[in-house]
Amino acid sequence: MSDGERRSPLDAVHRAGGASFTDFAGWQMPVRYSSDLAEHHAVREAAGLFDLSHMAEIVVLGPEAPAALDHALAGRLSAIEEGQAKYSLLLAEDGGIIDDLVVYRTGNDRFLVVANAGNRLAAADALRERASGFDCVVEDESDDVALIALQGPRAEEILRNVDGFDIPELDGLRYYRAVTGDFRGHEVLVARTGYTGEDGFEFFLSPDAAPTLWEAIAETGAGAGLVPCGLAARDTLRLEAGMPLYGHELTRDTLPQQVGLGRVPVLGKPGGFVGEDAVAAGPGEGAPVLVGLAADGKRAGRAGYEVFASDDADTAAGVITSGALSPTLGHPVAMALIDPALAAVGTTVLVDVRGTRIPATVVTLPFYSRKKS
Amino acid sequence: MSLPAELKYTAEHEWVAVDGDVARIGITDYAADKLGDVVFVDLPKVGSAAAAGRVVGEIESTKSVGELYAPVDGEVVEVNDAVVDDPSLVNSDPYGAGWMIAVRFTELPALLTADEYAALVAE
Repeated sequence: MSDGERRSPLDAVHRAGGASFTDFAGWQMPVRYSSDLAEHHAVREAAGLFDLSHMAEIVVLGPEAPAALDHALAGRLSAIEEGQAKYSLLLAEDGGIIDDLVVYRTGNDRFLVVANAGNRLAAADALRERASGFDCVVEDESDDVALIALQGPRAEEILRNVDGFDIPELDGLRYYRAVTGDFRGHEVLVARTGYTGEDGFEFFLSPDAAPTLWEAIAETGAGAGLVPCGLAARDTLRLEAGMPLYGHELTRDTLPQQVGLGRVPVLGKPGGFVGEDAVAAGPGEGAPVLVGLAADGKRAGRAGYEVFASDDADTAAGVITSGALSPTLGHPVAMALIDPALAAVGTTVLVDVRGTRIPATVVTLPFYSRKKS
Repeated sequence: MSLPAELKYTAEHEWVAVDGDVARIGITDYAADKLGDVVFVDLPKVGSAAAAGRVVGEIESTKSVGELYAPVDGEVVEVNDAVVDDPSLVNSDPYGAGWMIAVRFTELPALLTADEYAALVAE
């Protein structure tokens, strides 16, 4: 299939539901169902349902899978228990970020690596190459796995009421843990993970079973305020939660330390990992760092807009990587890579919004944190 | 897609309602839908000059920025403060309460009929 023509196993469900579509990493995915703002608020206040079937699922299987992942990725994946998940990074030799991923240990010698859709091939190729000296196999199972996310404060309550969804270990399922469930005869990996800043779950299952699960959750949740959501709401939700997006905050040109992910790489693992030397050396002096920016008014700085130290500065001191008028907070928020001299919280900078320099203040990330119950 | 037959349209996805020498201007349902939820509208001042084809305002959604073009030469005689206060009117009622500006024009250029605009959007 050519670019922009890949369709989710839930495509017919989205079309019947009246979704608008966007081309995302070669996939036709819902950008919104009706209102991106209403979808955003629903996830903050009740719940939302997302189709993430475009994401890549790569399985690493074998007795040396833990060692292979320790070598291939920046974190120590061998240290996670069965049923645990961990956020990690796939780095190039020079420390640049090839992809950010979530790794689930689904068996003693089996790991599920979830990569971004746009990096599917790069991630699968790098994992294959890096695992070649280890006793394990790397299988790209993306085409055989659908992914649905249920996110929001009422997610658990809705999940418990879905007819025919049996998750014996749901009680006590903690954040960044995963268990196996059964939905009407289909095995489902149920993970308490997400990308919205809210509590929630992600379901990995066979594409054949995905439409039925989607409809069952949508029906169960409708009375609780759940709405189906598109990628537009997902983007503003993750931005408010200060979560980086590959291609925006994270690129081949950024080291983990520059983008607030210095905690992810584990230096000194036996055998080391690809990119370790560059990470240990660190970014050069004056390399830009990721900050949060907040502004007054309604005019948002957006990805690509330049940041200046002052009204009369000729050269930019940084650039916005993601920005929007925050639906929850009501004022503009942005993440930006800027000169470390301007990165202290409280510093005032100026964002060039299409020719007008608008003041913004450096603030701590995230912009929004849910109230923990 | 709603396209009132009594309105004229432009290739920049705007509608024009002509009443004497005044053109009332807004963006089409199609344009509003493509933008997504509109969260900010910036309009020119009453009394400012409008030049056909020039940008006179901005319409921002969560995802993107759209520009409002003047479809005619003339003077801005009215702006819709209600849409500035409540930008969601652009999505909920693009041909009514979501109108943007009114321009007193000197000459009316060729504009598209609803059918012609529908054909353009279908391309």
